[in-house]
Amino acid sequence: MPSNRSFRAAFIALSICLLTGISVYARKSTGASAQAAALFRQRIANDQKAGHALNRLTFGPRPADVQHVQALGLKKWIDLQLHPERIPENPVLETKLRPLDTLGMSTAQMLQSYSSPAQVKAMVAGKLPFPEDPDKRMMVDRLAARIQAKAARLQSKTDQDSSPAPAPGLAALLPPEQLRVLRAGAPQQKLDLFSSLSPDRQDQVLESMGQGMRMQLFAAAPPSLRRRIQSTNGPQAMVAQDLMEAKLLRAVYSNRQLQEVLADFWYNHFNVFIDKGDDRYLVTAYERDAIHPHVLGKFEDLLRATAQSPAMLFYLDNWESVGAQSPAGIRRQRGLNENYGRELLELHTLGVDGGYTQKDVTEVARCFTGWTIRQPQRAAEFEFNPRMHDDGEKTVLGVRIPAGGGIDDGFQVLHLLAHHPSTARFISRKLAMRFVADDPPATLVNRMAATFLKKDGDLRAVLKTMFDSPEFWSRGAYRSKIKSPLEMVASSLRALNAQVDFTSGLNNQLNQLGEPLYRKAEPTGYSNSSQEWLNSAGLLARMNFSVALANNKVPGVKVDSAQSSQGVTLGSPDFQKK
Amino acid sequence: MITRRFFLRNSALAMVGAGAAPLWLERALYAAGALSPRKKVLVAIFQRGAADGLNIIVPHAEKRYYEMRPTIAVPRPSQAAARGEDAAIDLDGFFGLHPALAPLKPVWDDEHLAIVHAAGSPDPTRSHFDAQDFMEAGTPGLKATADGWMNRALPHAEPAARISPVRAVAMGAVLPRAMRGANPAVAVQNLSDFQVRNAEASGAFQALYADSQDPLLRAAGRETFEAVSLVQSIRKQHYEPAAGANYPKGRFGDCLRQIAQLIKADVGVEMAFADVGGWDHHVNEVGARASEGQLAARLADFGQALAAFWLDLGDRRQDAAVVTMSEFGRTARENGDRGTDHGHANCMFVMGGSVHGGKVYGKWPGLEPEQLYESRDLALTTDFRDVLGELVGAHLGNRNLSQVFPNYTPKPRGILRVS
Repeated sequence: MPSNRSFRAAFIALSICLLTGISVYARKSTGASAQAAALFRQRIANDQKAGHALNRLTFGPRPADVQHVQALGLKKWIDLQLHPERIPENPVLETKLRPLDTLGMSTAQMLQSYSSPAQVKAMVAGKLPFPEDPDKRMMVDRLAARIQAKAARLQSKTDQDSSPAPAPGLAALLPPEQLRVLRAGAPQQKLDLFSSLSPDRQDQVLESMGQGMRMQLFAAAPPSLRRRIQSTNGPQAMVAQDLMEAKLLRAVYSNRQLQEVLADFWYNHFNVFIDKGDDRYLVTAYERDAIHPHVLGKFEDLLRATAQSPAMLFYLDNWESVGAQSPAGIRRQRGLNENYGRELLELHTLGVDGGYTQKDVTEVARCFTGWTIRQPQRAAEFEFNPRMHDDGEKTVLGVRIPAGGGIDDGFQVLHLLAHHPSTARFISRKLAMRFVADDPPATLVNRMAATFLKKDGDLRAVLKTMFDSPEFWSRGAYRSKIKSPLEMVASSLRALNAQVDFTSGLNNQLNQLGEPLYRKAEPTGYSNSSQEWLNSAGLLARMNFSVALANNKVPGVKVDSAQSSQGVTLGSPDFQKK
Repeated sequence: MITRRFFLRNSALAMVGAGAAPLWLERALYAAGALSPRKKVLVAIFQRGAADGLNIIVPHAEKRYYEMRPTIAVPRPSQAAARGEDAAIDLDGFFGLHPALAPLKPVWDDEHLAIVHAAGSPDPTRSHFDAQDFMEAGTPGLKATADGWMNRALPHAEPAARISPVRAVAMGAVLPRAMRGANPAVAVQNLSDFQVRNAEASGAFQALYADSQDPLLRAAGRETFEAVSLVQSIRKQHYEPAAGANYPKGRFGDCLRQIAQLIKADVGVEMAFADVGGWDHHVNEVGARASEGQLAARLADFGQALAAFWLDLGDRRQDAAVVTMSEFGRTARENGDRGTDHGHANCMFVMGGSVHGGKVYGKWPGLEPEQLYESRDLALTTDFRDVLGELVGAHLGNRNLSQVFPNYTPKPRGILRVS
């Protein structure tokens, strides 16, 4: 389709001219703050506005988006993005998300269907019920057999000093002609052959395959078989894989772009590290039920949802925090854990300069004792346990919280924090850093904070104040930010109208780029600031990703005209900016 | 702060261009004093997963050690004759090396390897994640620290204009927490792949970044291509480790081999980092004999890699110091699965030309019930910051330790001869 191709080339050329050539840029670090302030008062040209809005409210413009926004009218388009429920979702996205069944599961269902070795052992030992779904039950049985075989191998090694029995080679599993098909056949032939094997044999073959061979079969396979193949290295990994896949697919395909940008922003604000122990199974419900529904709602609702989520309770250790004088504290000689209390004040609400003391941290932590997790390794639900709670009087930020409040101590603290002027400022500034500029003008932050306080922490209203502000549409904001790796990857895919079939290749790229999804270990989340992403390894990874993408070398992704000149555009300094 | 770093250098390396210059020219550039070659180098190694210090440096004279670990203890050296190699290798009559660490014994005998026992982070956490975070930040108990101790420990560069683009190098895909911060630091997965893979695109990118209107991107691009060109020039030569330096196959050996390659290339490396995982042995830590099983396999790789690195450094040993750490130790008692659970204090290795080795440092707290930390773990007698602080101060020459380890005053233990 030559017309398509030339259109895309034209689009990229256009985006370079339009979005970059005009980058008048203020250096803020050199005492040029007056100059910077002046830039926030200078309006950008009308024909720059649609591109600017798309760069900031979405994961990057697709080829026809600028025209679409202009045709619809900028104001109307922004208003729609602020009301995602009025935008029909992209059916392509819905189809692609459907096979990712963990996304809709409760934690308990996931633990049953995508069990860890520890859970399989517990099922075999009769301590946990087996899954009811026959397919899932079969998977558990196979896992149990595998675990047993491995244990036997280890045992024989320990007992007799014999080397462990290696996994049988493919040659031992398949006759030569079948092996040849699997190695060198056409994708469909491989698939047909594989499908003709018994489930047990399929498992053995998968285990004996090298990673490259497995990926080839994977690329050709229908969704159900793909999940089998992915499960080869342990089904529990599927939970994180589904999350990562969904996040990328939504960033690329969703029509509700602002909602997805905000989901990324708020997950990162209330960051949870998926590799911290049990959090592997807790993040799905966290993102789906605590973050996503509230991104355009009231801040206090969002804050309460995160405070009560098992994922956060586990990540910041509050579930183990015990009042020293509570019954559990006396009996188990355990005590207060301040981690959540500290991060709640510093990172989630007031900000480090928000005017609190170490004493406040301790008092907040006392208020949250007893906020714990019921059955952390099974259903994993929020629970208030009065036997762990410190029921004495507390004083938080000068406010007295009388003794005997129980679970309400925590709610009182959250309410206090959600309506605190420092929180209004801190949240407003962080949003302005994400959407306007790395160092947003105080005038704008103050107006947003005023809306925050006046409108009871209504995040949609705060965003509206920001999108209506002259600062948002100023030369100080325009093209002033560097994309995060996720934004860089998603905007590249959108600019090239790439077809995303599966995302393991893209996730590998994100690891190289320094933003492994759901894997920021620190509670700070990934940086909101442009400069964080400018390091040698990161830039090289951006360039290599761009060239690989344009040459159709990223597994699972297809762009329809492969030429490396597009790669150079995507890896160029201009495309790193938004 | 981070903005500033790009403008601090007006880059002696810019002359070198896109890697077209011959290696001798680049080396000459450094040798001429541009980067004052033969920098002191600190190599930090992180054993992720909490290595079992009590089975690595074995307190074989402690009766309690054998009582608490009936099935996984490393046998006393006195029994070595009866059981072949399968016993601790005696170091000083009280402690012994795990038998899989035999390749390090000559370094100990040459007094270039020191051990610090009962060392680690004073924070009580037994979470891998928190403890690694605290140790890399260099601020136990403080989660908000934005940068890492290695970044803060880079000595102030004088003159600021002459900073090597590979001054601080971490082996891996992302910059580890320990190296993040305001000073430039690069993450290198593999020297052979530190480049834009498509040569044509590489030239185009370099031109685009050099012409960028954005000063930040222009500077970052220059920093990147300088590092690439430097690494390329090193890569052009086939690297042959020194005779006898047999690096084990695998990631950790590869990392150390490449760090040695960078150090010996005189390209201005001052700080290097590598990590090695797989130490979290809750189950079947030890096989039928002490020299078998999971811990022994990890230690064989670890010891052989360190020994090869030491041999490979050759005449650069005097400039190098290696320090190892792990986020916490493991329980003094074995658990019911022939493994150990998360504990507290651990041991650290310090190896280097100016290390006063052949000695186990640190006060031994003992293993009697009342001597254990929370009745279960080896108690801590040396803060890891004392060891790192001495290396940063006396080896790297950065005396501004209050900036490297805020709110803590490291107490040097006399591990270095120069201190």
